[in-house]
Amino acid sequence: MLAPISRGIFASLAVLLLAGHPLAHAQLAMEITGAGANRLPIAIAEFGGERIISHALTSVVRTDLDHSGLFRLIDSGEAPLNDGNIAYGDWKNRGADALAGGSLAATAAGRYETRFRLFDVQKQSLLGGQAYVAGSAQLRSTAHRISDFIYEKLLGEPGIFSTRIAYVVKSTGRYELQIADADGANAQTALASREPIISPAWSPEGARLAYVSFEAKKPIIYVHSLATGSRHVAANFKGSNSAPAWSPDGKRLAVVLSKDGGSQLFLVNVDGSGITRLASSTAIDTEPRFSPDGQWIYFTSDRGGSPQIYRIAVSGGEVTRVTFEGSYNVSPRLSPDGRSMVYVSGNGSRFQVALMDLASKQTQILTDSAKDESPSFSPNGRMIIYATESGGRGVLAAVSSDGRVKQKLSVQAADVREPAWGPFIK
Amino acid sequence: MRSLFFVAAASLILAACGSQPAAPEQPAAGVEDRTPKVKVETPAVTQVTTDSGSLTGLAALKDPKSILSKRSVFFDYDQYVIKAEFRPLIEAHARFLVANAKMKMLIQGNADERGSREYNLALGQKRADAVKKNLTLLGGKEGQIESVSLGEEKPRNPGHDEAAWAENRRGDMLYSGEY
Repeated sequence: MLAPISRGIFASLAVLLLAGHPLAHAQLAMEITGAGANRLPIAIAEFGGERIISHALTSVVRTDLDHSGLFRLIDSGEAPLNDGNIAYGDWKNRGADALAGGSLAATAAGRYETRFRLFDVQKQSLLGGQAYVAGSAQLRSTAHRISDFIYEKLLGEPGIFSTRIAYVVKSTGRYELQIADADGANAQTALASREPIISPAWSPEGARLAYVSFEAKKPIIYVHSLATGSRHVAANFKGSNSAPAWSPDGKRLAVVLSKDGGSQLFLVNVDGSGITRLASSTAIDTEPRFSPDGQWIYFTSDRGGSPQIYRIAVSGGEVTRVTFEGSYNVSPRLSPDGRSMVYVSGNGSRFQVALMDLASKQTQILTDSAKDESPSFSPNGRMIIYATESGGRGVLAAVSSDGRVKQKLSVQAADVREPAWGPFIK
Repeated sequence: MRSLFFVAAASLILAACGSQPAAPEQPAAGVEDRTPKVKVETPAVTQVTTDSGSLTGLAALKDPKSILSKRSVFFDYDQYVIKAEFRPLIEAHARFLVANAKMKMLIQGNADERGSREYNLALGQKRADAVKKNLTLLGGKEGQIESVSLGEEKPRNPGHDEAAWAENRRGDMLYSGEY
């Protein structure tokens, strides 16, 4: 029925949909290596419409939910759902608790209308549905929005399938600060340099990145606008400038400067003006991070003789110690709800991602690797992405906050490091 | 003997008229100007050249026979004092800075790879600061020297054993034009 030319167009759209940007070099590949304890069995029926492109969209949704480690995909066969007549008994027999399906149709304006519905198989009822209109370049993000809808409806928390991650790729003689979708697709390079780049930090509204660049043979903090690619220097004082952390209102950065001796904590306006000292010590104070309510700054200090995590009010004053177990606790990052803190705990030569419940002070090691660094919470607080080593090279990994779901993201023939998970975009 | 006398006299004269005010600090939000500005004054009254053979000459910086061509100070694990074996090196560079007051130095501190990148940046900073402090105690001017850190980011030895780590616990002294 379809002319050969149309099939070709659909096929290339499907490639775009499935692979993200096919021209992206250094593509991040994701694999899942651990799953949740009670995965929700869900059937995602083939979306109706032109077969190639609908199947591509269906695949993205299935992969999203499968890779979350929280869903078990039930085989759905080949046929799209007949909305008016759901055979709940059949789906129940196949083991599904939930069922989703929809269709994709080209509109007159050369765009696509995607509709879908989500059903509760046990209760034999409709849970909800959505319709989206988008251009062909947005079909992959439409699939992610469908995944987010399903995830949130069934699990009661927002999904992260439409979020992005920033990270640094190091290949021979080259460093790139890249931003990709949370599943690793659509990688784009924000900065390419012959010198190292470390400590990328997303602004709260997700439009800017702060980072440390060594392009001038010393560490300098930049603030970079992602939409335009323009950037400015936020801190280049005499000595080293590093560890930028955004205040929750997006107006200030906590930074580490050596201009007055040692490595000490300062606050500065995003445009680089208004530098004020936050704390004073004769030790190393570094890795500042704001609490989500903007009241506290958690940081790493060796003022007690070994690197531990402390906190101080943003207005300054008394410093309180937070970690007490072990001789090396660094890299504090607060969860979005402010109730827990992920960090890196060192034990001899082994460095692992750990999680502390701030109310009870209970801690848990989340990984069984040995060279973990740079943990970062997903904006729904469910997952923690971090850098580690596997097969002799730097990779990214993610673990759920209960330690069960495990994912790995790697780039061929390069080291990946310094991940930072971006915020929800309103 | 005569030439030695002239060399000594020239050193004294160079040192005496060498002081220049330090360059003003760049404004907070601006980018520091890093263009090398090298100019060595040759006083009219002596015949000393600034070629190799003089302990204070520019060419000595690159002469493998001169201690000034050596630029690295190595540190023990968790230690930030300058070991005795490096004192002659520090003293030689301090004398060079005193004699060439318009020369600028960048000290880059480094750390081995174990642990957090930002904490390692701070450890490298301690090493660079230790070298700078020793140089200024011996006469180098604050305005001539900047101490920064590369942390674990540019290891000289990419290995993962104690020998590699020892080689990376290091401060490097670079002069204008070399960075």
